[in-house]
Amino acid sequence: MIIDLQKFITDERPCWLELEETLDRIEKDPGLVMSLDQVKRFHYLYQRTASDLARISTFSSEPAIRRYLESLTAQAYAEINEKREKSHGFSPFQWFFTTFPSTFRLHIRAFWLAVAITLAGVIIGGALIALDPEAKEVIMPFSSLRQSPSERVAGEEKVVEDKLEGKKATGAAWYMTHNTKVAIFTLALGITWGIGTILILFSNGIMLGAVALDYILAGETQFLIAWLSPHGVIEIPAILLAGQAGLMLAGAMIGRGRRTSLRQRLREVSKDLVTLIFGVAIMLTWAGFIEAFLSQYHEPFIPYSLKIGFAAVEFALLVLYLGMSGRKRANE
Amino acid sequence: MNDIDGRTNMLVIRTTEGISFSMLLAGPAPRALAWAIDFACIIAGMTLLGILIGTLGLVSSDFAQALSMILYFSISIGYGIMAEWFWRGQTVGKRLLGLRVVDVQGFKLQFSQIVIRNLLRFFDSLPLFYLVGGAACILSGKAQRLGDFAANTVVIRIQKNADPDLDQLTAGKYNSLRERPHLAARLRQQVSPQEAGTALQALMRRNELNPEARIELFRDMADHFRAIVEFPEDATFGITDEQYVRNVVDILFQEKR
Repeated sequence: MIIDLQKFITDERPCWLELEETLDRIEKDPGLVMSLDQVKRFHYLYQRTASDLARISTFSSEPAIRRYLESLTAQAYAEINEKREKSHGFSPFQWFFTTFPSTFRLHIRAFWLAVAITLAGVIIGGALIALDPEAKEVIMPFSSLRQSPSERVAGEEKVVEDKLEGKKATGAAWYMTHNTKVAIFTLALGITWGIGTILILFSNGIMLGAVALDYILAGETQFLIAWLSPHGVIEIPAILLAGQAGLMLAGAMIGRGRRTSLRQRLREVSKDLVTLIFGVAIMLTWAGFIEAFLSQYHEPFIPYSLKIGFAAVEFALLVLYLGMSGRKRANE
Repeated sequence: MNDIDGRTNMLVIRTTEGISFSMLLAGPAPRALAWAIDFACIIAGMTLLGILIGTLGLVSSDFAQALSMILYFSISIGYGIMAEWFWRGQTVGKRLLGLRVVDVQGFKLQFSQIVIRNLLRFFDSLPLFYLVGGAACILSGKAQRLGDFAANTVVIRIQKNADPDLDQLTAGKYNSLRERPHLAARLRQQVSPQEAGTALQALMRRNELNPEARIELFRDMADHFRAIVEFPEDATFGITDEQYVRNVVDILFQEKR
């Protein structure tokens, strides 16, 4: 039997229009709080429209009305069935002091895994340099690192004027953007079941280990620490956190030992991934500033002890922040 | 509960009430076009900012260059995120092409989903021109690039919410077939919903047809309905094939007068 289309539309249209108005109101004001009666009415309108959609699908093949009702039903369905927490007003203070460090701690195992992968790279990189000094040509990322550490240190320590005058801001911007891109890649490659993330962490470790051992073997340990640590104590943990996020994504993809569906696992992890990558971006912004404005200056321009002392304070604060900040509130 | 059609271009969502609704998935071609428009927007925005920043260069070229670098980076990443957040799943390109990012299960799009799908562009765009993302989109049953997959989103074509208008159908017109109620009842009984829907669509879209096709279509349809139920000649005398089909649709869709 075919329904009387015109009568059907005439009878039902007021409900559809009322639902459309309610949806428009919700769209314009995402923080809208409805009274119990309004919620009941909204639910009734949704069910009635959904039922009309079922009728029109069964009895007639009129596509314009069906599309109209499908669109209304889809929007109302999204509003009614959304169970995830709504963010009512974002508080940067709470996010920085509670959400980000708590999220880091919540997934600490992925972080330690990122640390272990990087350390494995550091050991391999160091071993390669120790066993085959010619490997330096292949491993070192920048040409300036391929020269002898002692020659470089001697050259750097001769400089007495500000060699980066007029270039510091550009340098800082380059470090920030480049490192943030690397961090985003490290996270994004988690989609390859973590293979890409592991490769980035491991190759970073190799470069770090090679550079470190090269300078240590040349007796330039103090220069190495003073050069790398002011920005490195923030930058390296930031890349490890990006690796943590990538491994979390990989964990959701693999889903070992979990009974939830892939879609559900990805849903569960998405908010935390975003929290971590925003935190990483902030860390790398700081590290970029320090790298351009402090790390590239050496004795006699800036005493090594001052640089190393600054790095030690930074690292202690970072450990305190990531380890303790928001712990009480998160527990509550 | 929801369900996705295997290899069709429709995303079908089944609600807990047992109602299904569908959304038309957007393929790689319109998405690539939308991306090209968005890219042009980013370039245009950067050019404008570049002019403004250029004036800063008179004060400090170092600061101007740094600002330009940071702004380009922020805009190239933030444009998609902010546009899709404020326009509920749309960028300028998507708006122009009638596309929208939606949750794969029909839920509300979350900020974290938008961020993830935009950050994974870095991987999707590898090695050149979104080759990874394009390949994933073609291979995926839901036309998802990897960013969409990780974020549980799909890109759909927005279907126009046409306000149903049946005035053009039959209202107010004399229908000679109604003079034979027993035959009209038989017609209602024997015509399938699909046949009725096709006839209704033909009437609704008749002005989009060219004259020859219109005459031919309604002749075939009228012959088809005549073969189902034959009305006496005095009820059909002097009416065109199109009028005949209109009268049939009037009987099928409007039971009572």
